[in-house]
Amino acid sequence: MDLTYSTAHEAFRARVKTFLEGWPLKGAEAERPLAEQEAIFRNRGIEAGFVYRHVPKRYGGSEQPRDAIEDQIIQEEFYRAGAPRDLTSQGAGMLVPTLLEFGTEAQKARYIPPALRGEESWCQGYSEPGSGSDLASLQCQARLEGDEWVLKGQKIWTSGAQRAHMMFGLFRTEPNAKKHEGISYLLVPMNTKGIEVRPLREMTGGYEFNEVFFDDARIPADHIVAARGQGWQVSRATLVHERNLIGNPFMMREAFQDLVELARSRRRNGRPAIEDPSVRQRLAEIEGYVRASETSNLRQFSAAQRGEMAKVMRPVLMNKVFSTDTMQRIARCAYDLIGGDGVLAPQEEELHGWGRRSTPSGWVLQYIFSMGPAIAGGATNIQLNIIGERGYGLPRDLHRGK
Amino acid sequence: MDFGLSEEQEMLQETLKGFAEKECPTTRVRELFDAGLGHDSALWSGLVEMGIAGLAIPEAYGGAGLELLDVALAAEVLGWAGMPGPFLGHSIAALAVAAGGSEAEKKAILPGLASGEAIATVALQEDDRGFAPGDWQTRFAEGRIDGTKTIVAHASIADRILVGVAGGRFAWVDAKAQGITLEDQGGVDRGRPIAKVRFDGAPAQLLSGGLDASERTLDAASVLLAADAFGAATRLIELDVAYSQSRQQFGQPIAQFQAIKHAIARMATEIEPSRGIWWYAAHALDRGHADASRQASIAKAHVTDRAMDMARQSVELHGGYGFTWECEVQMWFKRIMFDRSALGTPEQHRERSARLGGW
Ligand SMILES: Cc1cc2nc3c(=O)[nH]c(=O)nc-3n(C[C@H](O)[C@H](O)[C@H](O)COP(=O)(O)OP(=O)(O)OC[C@H]3O[C@@H](n4cnc5c(N)ncnc54)[C@H](O)[C@@H]3O)c2cc1C
Repeated sequence: MDLTYSTAHEAFRARVKTFLEGWPLKGAEAERPLAEQEAIFRNRGIEAGFVYRHVPKRYGGSEQPRDAIEDQIIQEEFYRAGAPRDLTSQGAGMLVPTLLEFGTEAQKARYIPPALRGEESWCQGYSEPGSGSDLASLQCQARLEGDEWVLKGQKIWTSGAQRAHMMFGLFRTEPNAKKHEGISYLLVPMNTKGIEVRPLREMTGGYEFNEVFFDDARIPADHIVAARGQGWQVSRATLVHERNLIGNPFMMREAFQDLVELARSRRRNGRPAIEDPSVRQRLAEIEGYVRASETSNLRQFSAAQRGEMAKVMRPVLMNKVFSTDTMQRIARCAYDLIGGDGVLAPQEEELHGWGRRSTPSGWVLQYIFSMGPAIAGGATNIQLNIIGERGYGLPRDLHRGK
Repeated sequence: MDFGLSEEQEMLQETLKGFAEKECPTTRVRELFDAGLGHDSALWSGLVEMGIAGLAIPEAYGGAGLELLDVALAAEVLGWAGMPGPFLGHSIAALAVAAGGSEAEKKAILPGLASGEAIATVALQEDDRGFAPGDWQTRFAEGRIDGTKTIVAHASIADRILVGVAGGRFAWVDAKAQGITLEDQGGVDRGRPIAKVRFDGAPAQLLSGGLDASERTLDAASVLLAADAFGAATRLIELDVAYSQSRQQFGQPIAQFQAIKHAIARMATEIEPSRGIWWYAAHALDRGHADASRQASIAKAHVTDRAMDMARQSVELHGGYGFTWECEVQMWFKRIMFDRSALGTPEQHRERSARLGGW
């Protein structure tokens, strides 16, 4: 065990910090719209080898040798500086790894560069009204007619579909095959005739996810990733990438610090709430979970660096449930600390910035937001199945797979 | 930067686990638990031979020259094994002398502890007062001590006792000396019998280390108790996994009920990610990090509390059998009760971590 950084890694951190002095942008560049500024800086990050390190140069990445500690240093320093780095959008975060693993050369060359730059945005068309946790039961259909797929049916909870240029989605192409073997992974331009996006209002009050209807929408036959009927395996492999993402404990630490600040600023019985023994107990207990998350993360990235991920298989499987629960604990404690202000409604402008925690209504929103991760990307019960079955060898549910 | 164990550390754990599986299977844990002595000289000699009694004692004094993290890794395995014995108190006493003793004191005391010739324990807690160095009232004057300590583990088999005295310092006594009386307190964890120890002018030697050294010793003890509880909790997960697959109800193993599968997954998710908390705290103490004490308190509070939650659910998972004396679960349940309650409850350690955090 060694918590000091090697001279090489210290030097690397120094380079990252020097680079980050370039953010925020200065001079005339600082006058441009924020999105442009972010794009400018991200491109510089690619050139410097700090952004999209695991994507080949020919597709617009910076293609760096694998080094989990450098990755961690970058994550930490960029996060601290609030600087734009790899997009975590559906496109850059989910589609790109999928194409790198399963796409044709033409697909990679066509789709990866604009996804990385955020110029072409993607949404994920998996869930359907009748198929959520039991995703493999999906019914949205794609029929091959000549050199076109004809899409019919509905997707739901599709985040960002209202803005997306493209959708990667799962469609039933082989109606007579078994449940998991009749699904294909298709790339769908959202401006295709016959596609309609209808916004759904979320409990936060905002509009982020949507229903997407397909009424004989036609897309070219080569818009398929891997072979017909292999869509399920393709999407599972991507989920493995997603779950192997070690997560970002800095985000959790920052939320916790904000919670401590809140406890300092709110008053109980005429004194700062943080002096109240019950508040101190609760904060300290939550910090136990935050520390567990931080040290579990340290352990996982050290294992990645050593090439020993198998040794941390269990904590990796636990990441999602653990961070969801911990963020909920933080949000809930804050919600209790704001007391009667908990009846306030989130402000319109707060809806756009994820997690502004500087006002009571911002914390109200944070509390409402904290409900989402327990459902999105695989509900907690499903995650618990995975932990029990894959982590501890417990039997699978009986009804599955039919 | 590498937050992981070395090959030697993994080897240490494997060797110790192999020893425990062979020499202290559940049947032996049970016999010792029922006997209530909390000690088996054959097991202890085995540990001594492996160097476990002197892990953190410098090589110059006959020990293995390792660090608190290594001691904690051993504590984890012993907690997992449920192995009774004086390891914890002995190790804490050795750490205190190694950290706070003068050259002469180390020379006089440590070789005997490393060779296993003498068994040591610690007497810290005082009735109605507390466990922390600032709370101790036992008086040391002119080479003698007066006062009463409670919850002294393995007092009846100990040769030496490290006693916390007023001013937050440590005194060292020969357990068989005059002026020392033991009163058996039983103890819920029968692997760790406890006693009240009264000192009436017992001859003692004051160690050189001051309040700071004593605080570090208490921090080390917190980490060891956390590691022990962690080990015990992982054993309970194993017991739960095994029992849920063998016990049948409604014509199927109970593990097939999702309520059971999810309960195990949840318990494991409470425990497994907390491994790094006590690793980190041990390492921070070894390296003298500024936040080491705070990390030790977080580790003690979080790990022992989560382990207690887990143990409660393990009892339930075993049904009526889980409530029996016969069921293995109770032995680890009680080990965790000890780890959680001794030397500061989660509540006390949370308050301490709040204070140290400047809240
Ligand atoms: C904020 C947000 C954003 C989302 N974004 C997208 C997106 O961009 N694209 C997309 O495709 N989807 C998206 N989703 C959908 C999400 O993936 C699904 O909601 C999720 O998989 C659960 O499916 P469901 O809603 O049909 O719930 P259901 O599957 O009906 O689940 C309802 C309840 O039953 C439980 N349950 C179901 N099956 C089992 C079982 N076998 N054992 C035990 N309990 C079970 C669940 O845990 C849950 O509590 C998003 C969801 C949210 C909340």
